Amino acid sequence: MLLRLEQRPEVSKSMVYVSPLIAVVLTILTAMLMFALLGVDPVKAIATFFIEPISTLDGLAELCVKATPLILIGVGLALGFQANVWNIGAEGQLIIGALAGGGLALAFYDQSSIFLVPAMLVCGVIGGMAWAAIPAWLKTRYNTNEILTSLMLTYVGLLVLSYLVHGPWKDPEGQNFPESRLFHESALLPILIDETRLNVGWLLALLVVVAGWLLISRHIIGFQIKVIGMAPMAARFAGFKEKRLIWLTLLISGGCAGLAGVIELSGAIGQIVPSISPGYGFTAIIVAFLGRLHPVGVFFAGLLMALTYLGGDSAQITMNMPNAVIGVFQGMLLFFLLASDVLIRYRVRIGPHKVPAEVAE
Amino acid sequence: MSVDWLIPAILTIVTAATPLVFAAVGETVVEKAGVLNLGVEGMMIMGAIAAFATAVSTGSGFLAVIAGAGAGLLLALIFGVLTVYFQSNQVATGLALTIFGLGLSALIGNSYVGKTFEGLAKLDIPGLSDIPVIGPLIFGHDGLVYFSVISVIIVAWFLNRTRVGLLVRAVGENHDAAHSIGYSVTLVRMGAILFGGAMAGVGGAYLSIAYTPLWVENMTAGRGWIALALVVFASWKPWRGFLGAYLFGGITIIQLYAQGMGVEVSAQFLSMLPYLATILVLVVISRDSAKARVNAPACLGKNFHVSV
Repeated sequence: MLLRLEQRPEVSKSMVYVSPLIAVVLTILTAMLMFALLGVDPVKAIATFFIEPISTLDGLAELCVKATPLILIGVGLALGFQANVWNIGAEGQLIIGALAGGGLALAFYDQSSIFLVPAMLVCGVIGGMAWAAIPAWLKTRYNTNEILTSLMLTYVGLLVLSYLVHGPWKDPEGQNFPESRLFHESALLPILIDETRLNVGWLLALLVVVAGWLLISRHIIGFQIKVIGMAPMAARFAGFKEKRLIWLTLLISGGCAGLAGVIELSGAIGQIVPSISPGYGFTAIIVAFLGRLHPVGVFFAGLLMALTYLGGDSAQITMNMPNAVIGVFQGMLLFFLLASDVLIRYRVRIGPHKVPAEVAE
Repeated sequence: MSVDWLIPAILTIVTAATPLVFAAVGETVVEKAGVLNLGVEGMMIMGAIAAFATAVSTGSGFLAVIAGAGAGLLLALIFGVLTVYFQSNQVATGLALTIFGLGLSALIGNSYVGKTFEGLAKLDIPGLSDIPVIGPLIFGHDGLVYFSVISVIIVAWFLNRTRVGLLVRAVGENHDAAHSIGYSVTLVRMGAILFGGAMAGVGGAYLSIAYTPLWVENMTAGRGWIALALVVFASWKPWRGFLGAYLFGGITIIQLYAQGMGVEVSAQFLSMLPYLATILVLVVISRDSAKARVNAPACLGKNFHVSV
């Protein structure tokens, strides 16, 4: 074969950061090709997708609103993925967290209190944690694959939401729409910039990025997470408690997802509706990988992915393009990223196979 | 007790189980070769839309099934190239495949919402299909149902009784050993991945042209994931996978009949049953970790790269 992969003696540090950029460039080029084939002016389409949405203050604020859940969930998932704990049910944890917080808001729908929002946030975190505790318990107690259980629970979570908005939590004064009452003003997150939806949730997301960074780089738990992911045997010899780390990473990622859910409800939506999230929990998986499983990387990746949501909306409005194009972009980006990641551990060599001198001897 | 309701009930189980049979049997071969492809959901949904689009535009059920298989195969090709040649993480790549497939199918399906197709024709053998009870139960299905049973027989025979099947298992158990005696791990794995993709595609096709002959976004509703769980449940054995799929088909129809019989439970709770059952089944089967480790292919999820 003309092209072949040669293992690098050490992983390339620079490629860790270059590979996401390669992936983004390749995704944009492929997207332009796709648009050209569909008969749309590729330059105009890319401008509609990636530049137009953030050319106004309102657009920038909206970018942060969309990035908030992605960053929150992404940071939590990144910790788990580093430890080889594959929580892919963040979407379900987001929903249950949102329901826990939103339920509190509905219980006090006619009362005003400054404690309501903090209490809702706490409920959201607990709700998300509780939903993630199920796969954690099943994995540590019964050795069950957390990928499948957390995903199955996402479907269950979606059905719980559907049951509540169609049944007991439906607005009694509404016109039989599957929606809850509007939250009381004191159940809404304070807005940071007038006339936009940018709310305190954004600051919480930034806080979680910093906390995640400190945890992974400065705390013994972060160290244990990294060791168990890279060298499980070494971690066992060192006496790290694997089960404890499974619990911890699942609870953290579940809590982050729950927080994201309640922020979405109380900051951006203001009532419980049948579809709380356009798949943030799944997109956050891409965010975590694109951000190199590092909280700071997740921050930038979250902003980029949020842009694809805004771009999808604006392409739908101005170019009449179906919203589903977002998922195609996101999946494509992850493919290119995974493909370019090969450069971290391997070199691409041209020419026939050569046996290194020391092996030939 | 009359059997009036029994026959339609069994027929419903069969149609609910068939897409799972295809996807689970395909994935069994993939995992036997040591590859964990979590993109079954994505391949199924692409199979579903490709088949439905073909069915609507050509009116041919046969071409639709081919298109479904082709779409699943193409998606699996992406997965294969990435994991086998580019050494990418199998879990992450499988997830990407699912996200990509769900997005692309929705994009393509956008113009097919609301279109209809009369559904796959049922087998109708004059005389045989008219026999009471046995007629509809044995001779009253569409062609894909029979094909699903045949595929289980062939795959079970292939894996356990043929030389190539032995090679597939060898690659899944110890890829270094298989490589060192001169077999191409790459080729075997690519073959298995493509086969799994085509089968998942046919499973998806069954959903959109036979089970509910119409297109709805996300219509697979987690069946790809349930198929993955079935493979574990079946301890990587095709026949057990088949039984598992029918068990799940049974759970699906409990929903329909419980509502029909006026049981006072919300539809949403009944719809949770398949997902909860999947979790329960996984718990039962994984409880004994030593046994689970013996059954699973030893190289499952591990990439292979020739190091000099």
